[in-house]
Amino acid sequence: MSADAPLLVVKDLTVSFRSDEGLVRAVGGVSFAVEQREIIGVVGESGSGKSQTLLAIMGLIDSPNAIVSGSIRFMGQELIGLSRRALDAIRGRQIAMIFQDPMSALTPVHTIGNQIGEQVRAHEKVSAKAARARAVQLLDAVGIANPDRVVDSYPHQLSGGMRQRAVIAMALSCNPALLVADEPTTALDVTVQAQILELIGRLRDQFGSAVILVTHDLGVVAEVADRVLVMYGGRFVEEGGKSSVFRAPLHPYTWGLFGSIPPMEGPRPARLAAIPGIPPSLSNLPKGCAFGPRCAFRHDACLVQLPIMQGESHRAACVLPEATRRQFAVQKAGGVEMQR
Amino acid sequence: MVAALGFRLGQMVLVMFGISVVAFLIFFATPGADPSARIAGRNASQETLIQVRHDFGLDRPLPVQYGLMMNRLFVSRDLTSFVNRGQRVIPTVISAIPVTLSLVGGAAVLWVLGGLIVGVIAGATRGTFVDRALMILSLVGVSIPVFWLGEVANLLTQSRWHDSWLFSWVPPLGYIPLTENPWGWFKALVIPWFTLATLYVGLYGRVLRASLIEMMQEDFIRTARAKGIGERRVLLHHGLRTSLVAFVTMFGLDFGALVGGGALLTEVVFGLQGVGKLTYEALQTLDLPMILATVIYAAFFVVMANFIVDVVFVIIDPRARNVG
Repeated sequence: MSADAPLLVVKDLTVSFRSDEGLVRAVGGVSFAVEQREIIGVVGESGSGKSQTLLAIMGLIDSPNAIVSGSIRFMGQELIGLSRRALDAIRGRQIAMIFQDPMSALTPVHTIGNQIGEQVRAHEKVSAKAARARAVQLLDAVGIANPDRVVDSYPHQLSGGMRQRAVIAMALSCNPALLVADEPTTALDVTVQAQILELIGRLRDQFGSAVILVTHDLGVVAEVADRVLVMYGGRFVEEGGKSSVFRAPLHPYTWGLFGSIPPMEGPRPARLAAIPGIPPSLSNLPKGCAFGPRCAFRHDACLVQLPIMQGESHRAACVLPEATRRQFAVQKAGGVEMQR
Repeated sequence: MVAALGFRLGQMVLVMFGISVVAFLIFFATPGADPSARIAGRNASQETLIQVRHDFGLDRPLPVQYGLMMNRLFVSRDLTSFVNRGQRVIPTVISAIPVTLSLVGGAAVLWVLGGLIVGVIAGATRGTFVDRALMILSLVGVSIPVFWLGEVANLLTQSRWHDSWLFSWVPPLGYIPLTENPWGWFKALVIPWFTLATLYVGLYGRVLRASLIEMMQEDFIRTARAKGIGERRVLLHHGLRTSLVAFVTMFGLDFGALVGGGALLTEVVFGLQGVGKLTYEALQTLDLPMILATVIYAAFFVVMANFIVDVVFVIIDPRARNVG
């Protein structure tokens, strides 16, 4: 493959689960690409399919009722349908994952060093001693003050922030080309959040990794991402460079997301703006645009046909003419721009 | 950690003391249970009763009586049975201990291995035919009464098929001391071991399977899979290792109870003169000193087993280290 080919190309990825209420389609045909050393922020509310997309990339959807289809090509290799052995050679080594809840992501009965070393030794022929030394180095690199002590600690002896750093150190242990992070800061308090984000931002420079960062927090995306993907009802509704999306969001759902951020200046609103209605049930998605029933700009066409992503570098899936949306866009983003 | 162990040890001594007091009160101070009448034998005259009472110190205050009894039980060790005159209680119990320990120890090895194998295989193949077959088998194992299984085993190995090549090696019922004849010891106990272990293999297999399946849903299992370490290692190093807590707890309780006399049915069926059988016989004849000795012995082993479980916990679960 050439040097500037995308690292990861996802095409028409679908994840469905067989259930009592019929087929639940968690991810409904998403396509995107991740360039080398790129940080992508995936935003969406709970149940929009962002975590399932990540788990599918990692091959971690192992429910017997799950159906994963489409194509996930990593460095030219197809990941869907790969044998467990071939998958194990890639994950942990070339693709690593950071999980949402550091409190439960580590095995409680093994030391941090043991767990990091286990991953190192699964992929490289090194001695236990060398693996331990690597663990100490990694813990130091992710900003743990006393790595020599932490390496022999058990997870329950560390704080949430420390554990998340340990999880990140583990993910980095084999210098992965791609790091996928599923809401890595959600379970942490704000000051620790900022440190972890800074750390993830630094990873690209130090380790040269590309990052897919899933979050429901637009502030997090504003902090670190190069490109933003907005997900709703199992599909992407908007995609573009960070500044472009933040300056002029093109999808009514993104407007709603920005609108629900409280303004930092000016009079405090009596009520925080919220998107009316609730996210659609994944087992019973509307026929047209998934956001249609909640959209203030809905008209008949929205309920009939599924809008497709349109545009060049900044794309959105909406049936409204782009020119009309551009007019709204600047006005909608106003409040957000002030904060940044 | 040393302090925690010392604390547990102190607790153990207190528990033992409490049990000995309660056991003493039940058998010697319950209204109507006049031990001197039993010692003196049937239709003893009033004078004899008074004489006996005085000889045994039964006319003194209760705390003194308790002290005297414990002194004779543990210090001078000359307490004798009320039923078989002259039979000293403590040496009798002590001679029964190796029998029970051999029986329960051997069975424990079998049921721990069996339980681990059944539990891990069933847990790993959850929902498949193998899993279902193992679970049905273990349910059968749990449901079979141990005395019935023992009798059937005896029937086959001691009489029906004893002369066939299959079971001609089986020695007659009874215990052969390990120190005298290790091979004979093994041959005499192997069938009792399997008989006693059957129930527990089923029980432990089912408990381990349930706990393993629960653990395999945890977040840290997903982390382990994401590391690319192979499913076997995920299952054993992360899943099984964290599932052992329930397993060890159960093992401590069951092992303690069995060594303490709970293997009674197996001992009776196979003619093994163990502690369980001793207790059973003492209860039938209301042999108070013997009952007292076996009850305190049993309590000692149950408390001891719990203590060992606590120590093992500290080894297998680092979270238990800061407690206590």
